[in-house]
Amino acid sequence: MSDLRKIIIDGQEVEVHPDLALIQACEQAGIAVPRFCYHDRLSIAGNCRMCLVEVVGGPPKPAASCHMQVKDLRGGRNGELPEIKTNSPMVKKAREGVMEFLLINHPLDCPICDQGGECDLQDQALAFGRDCSRFEEDKRSMDEINLGPLIKTQMTRCIQCTRCVRYMTEVAGVPEMGCTGRGEDAEIISYLDRNLSSEMQGNVIDLCPVGALTSRPYAFTARPWELKKTESIDVMDALGANIRIDVRGREVMRIMPRNNDDVNEEWISDKTRFIWDGLRNQRLDRPYVRGTDGKLAPASWEQAFTAIADKMAGLSGGQIAAIAGDLVSVEAMWALKQLLAQKGVESLECRQDGALIPTDNPSAALFNPSIAGIDEADAILLIGTNPRLESPVLNARIRKAWLNGAEVGLIGQPVDLTYEYAHVGAGPRSLADFDQSGFYSVLKNAKRPMVVLGNGVLARRDGLAILGTAMQLAEHVGAIQEDWTGFGVLHTAASRIGGLEIGFVPGENGRALPSILDGAATGAVEMVWLLGADEIDMNRLGGAFVVYQGSHGDAGAHRADVILPGATYTEEPGIFVNLEGRPQQAMSAGLAPGEAKENWAIIRALSAHLGATLPFNSLAELRAQLANEHPRLWDEMDMPARAAWQPLVAGAMDDTPFAPTIQDFYLTNPIARASQVMAQLSKDAAERAAVAAE
Amino acid sequence: MNRRLAPRSVQPASFAFTPDNQAWAQGQISKYPEGRQASAVIPLLWRAQEQEGWVSQPAIEYVAAMLDMAEIRVLEVATFYFMFKLAPVGSVAHFEMCGTTPCMLCGSEALVEVCKQKIAPHAFELSADGKFSWEEVECLGACSNAPMIQVGDDYYEDLTAESFSALIDAFARGERPRPGPQNGRFASEPLGGLTSLPTDPVHESNASVALALGTDPLPRQFSGGTPQFASENLLGKRQGAAISKPSPKVAAISAPGSNEDESDRGPVAPVTENAALAELRAQTVGRLDPALDVPTASDYTPETVPAQFRPELLGRPTDGGDDLEQIRGIGPQLGALLKDLGIYRYAQIASWTPENVAWVNAHLGGWKGRIIRDDWVAQARALLAKK
Repeated sequence: MSDLRKIIIDGQEVEVHPDLALIQACEQAGIAVPRFCYHDRLSIAGNCRMCLVEVVGGPPKPAASCHMQVKDLRGGRNGELPEIKTNSPMVKKAREGVMEFLLINHPLDCPICDQGGECDLQDQALAFGRDCSRFEEDKRSMDEINLGPLIKTQMTRCIQCTRCVRYMTEVAGVPEMGCTGRGEDAEIISYLDRNLSSEMQGNVIDLCPVGALTSRPYAFTARPWELKKTESIDVMDALGANIRIDVRGREVMRIMPRNNDDVNEEWISDKTRFIWDGLRNQRLDRPYVRGTDGKLAPASWEQAFTAIADKMAGLSGGQIAAIAGDLVSVEAMWALKQLLAQKGVESLECRQDGALIPTDNPSAALFNPSIAGIDEADAILLIGTNPRLESPVLNARIRKAWLNGAEVGLIGQPVDLTYEYAHVGAGPRSLADFDQSGFYSVLKNAKRPMVVLGNGVLARRDGLAILGTAMQLAEHVGAIQEDWTGFGVLHTAASRIGGLEIGFVPGENGRALPSILDGAATGAVEMVWLLGADEIDMNRLGGAFVVYQGSHGDAGAHRADVILPGATYTEEPGIFVNLEGRPQQAMSAGLAPGEAKENWAIIRALSAHLGATLPFNSLAELRAQLANEHPRLWDEMDMPARAAWQPLVAGAMDDTPFAPTIQDFYLTNPIARASQVMAQLSKDAAERAAVAAE
Repeated sequence: MNRRLAPRSVQPASFAFTPDNQAWAQGQISKYPEGRQASAVIPLLWRAQEQEGWVSQPAIEYVAAMLDMAEIRVLEVATFYFMFKLAPVGSVAHFEMCGTTPCMLCGSEALVEVCKQKIAPHAFELSADGKFSWEEVECLGACSNAPMIQVGDDYYEDLTAESFSALIDAFARGERPRPGPQNGRFASEPLGGLTSLPTDPVHESNASVALALGTDPLPRQFSGGTPQFASENLLGKRQGAAISKPSPKVAAISAPGSNEDESDRGPVAPVTENAALAELRAQTVGRLDPALDVPTASDYTPETVPAQFRPELLGRPTDGGDDLEQIRGIGPQLGALLKDLGIYRYAQIASWTPENVAWVNAHLGGWKGRIIRDDWVAQARALLAKK
């Protein structure tokens, strides 16, 4: 590219874009510049001064490399290239000086600090600091502040980099933190010491370069070097955030985000991050069988399998149904599908909320523009969705687009989305009359318009009609272009697209969810297999024989006649396909508790018991067969799906306004409901809502 | 010193601008383009403090709502600037005592002791009767009259422990002590009086004192229920006693020490006679040094110079008048111009007051500034003496 500039960094000639900050240019040249306040995804503050570099021929003082751009550099008078140095004596001295100042008020409590071992300040003090401090006066200490149940504070350690303030304001969009006072008395606080209300506040823990903000649930439980780190995939929502699961022994100690620019950047929601105490509580760690006395009694695997086999023997395929929950891996669903196929079962359902997602039209089921595509959108219409709760990280991405000038419209409940939007209306009527609204011309005139339909809308009786209307609308406003499919469904379930992809859906004569429930109530369906499905109305299962295969003692387990204890997403490898159709592999970070087994293995073992052994003895063999049948899952691993656009036809919609899809963000799945942290957050959120309603 | 909101127990239940202030605040906001209303945060907070005496939590939230800002952003501003008081201050007076080096060397520490004994042991504590509070502030720019304190908009200068103590007593009696130097000085001239160009004081007080006295008879903090502002009072007084419209620059210097602050207080108002005279005097007396540039007074034009400044003018005398060209700096043309104006005698020039100088100067066209540059008045006196 012609607009690149040649500069010299530490004697090495590099070509970099003129708009880059020097610190980014150094990074491109492979030279690490220490920093505290600078962060790629936040605005530039320039207040830590750690990234000082020497600009040759510039002012006779070091320059903050985060705040100076390549285009600000000037070459020598004889045409020499602009030059900066990061290893000169001036820079060394500057770094030592800055570090000494930063450490003046920083306590020497590393041995009792949770950040110890992964602390930027610790590392950089070792690498760039002086050997000792010349400061002999009293250090100043700071009062503790309250940020809520998630973030533990130790503000004396704070170096006022303001990353947390910038993050909360810019990314989370909830300006609740600030830096008050000045000079030595500058302090980071939340307004009136209130709990933070953001659904993604946990990220400030990662952002904090020192131990001022640490994880409260994780406090004093482990040291980073004793944790085994497993790179995996989150299942709390359909985004498929990339996470790292840190375990000690078999306990998950914490969950951290991994960087993936195409999915979650480097943010995760609080539900993703703090769910781990739910992995320990309410676990099903052994099989149970409901005895003749009507009570669930502990049983051996043998007994549980026998109970199932006895029941299944007398049933035809049409009398059996299976419902997969939201946290189930593709492998588990596929294995169950194989098992039940032997019996001729066609009533499979992976949409436990009853969403009327077409099973044969990926373009009507996927988030077609892709998550990264949100950055390109310049007008976004949200229909019947509250992305802030349905996928907080995706909402932050929409907010980013909004900050970059995109306009947002909403049809649905007016809620705080952390950005401004045009409220077009509350229900389908506004969708039908959309061309009368003020936002119509915005969407119509946009270069990259995007229509996002909430998954909750599809669970309505007129869901397909709304889906068709929305797809027609997208086409009408020009959202469907050669290289841009500006229509997407915002799913909430991690297993949903995977289930649709492998066809865990009703066969030709199979029953869909309402029909399964009706059949169970009337006795036409005698056996229901709940594969981690807890969100259905258990009372509607009537007298059916219920097998619950899952990890937590939640609604499904309470209703079950046989409980098969399975592993959670952190305990078994599995593929999850996210809302944009991107298959990603979750990894096993530890073993399931007690006698619980990996879900595919349970099904394989039962198949042997039923006398029709499934043809795989290991996950690898299972995956080989799965790959044969659904090669895309492997061939396009980590790539979003590209679906051919097939718009549905619009239909008659009723006038009921769109209801919120998620009632309680913190309690959407069995793991979350087993978590004390989530219960606390849910309570806090309810109190906040009550106060706000007054 | 961590600056935090006052405890909930002292926070008022609510805050609202008075209708006048509300209108004023809207005016401030309208100065900024759409989407930049937050720029008005400091003026609005300041006005809230003028109204209430301090910045309360409801006031912060009120301002935040007005400017569509997050509350924490307004709190950041309010805690950053020490001029915003975050807790209630004395109902009668809050003494802001300069403790920076010149004042400290001249005895501000003794004043602190007075505060501790007569008001409260610690800064920002209310006195037992709630009437007073004090704090030590950084330099207030009145070093030549050190040590000094500020109460509301007024400076009390050249204090001693005794005079300060008496000052507090006077406030306690409900009086309003006269601002300015408390040791008899006019302004910041030498303690022993002027050593050069001594003139009899024609005014009772210097410009800033005149300004202060020309306002509300009581300082802002006395005014109780209906908040009064020094700036608004000034405005009213000035308009009432307007004598003519000076050029903006002169008006701007008419309130020394606060000229920058004045810029956000609406259109420049005419100056009272008193203030203008005092100001001009301060300007010209201070600027008779010919090394200096053309004095500010030269900014008067024949249209703007107050008629009261006009010196005594004569008709053409039979002897043709004195030879004005004897005065260095006056040539044939300037001499002719002076005669056209009615100036013929050394005695006339020798008797000019600074105001008269300003008037004549305003009529000198292209020779503005010559009177002071060449010091005609002194030359005329010398010639007169020779004669």
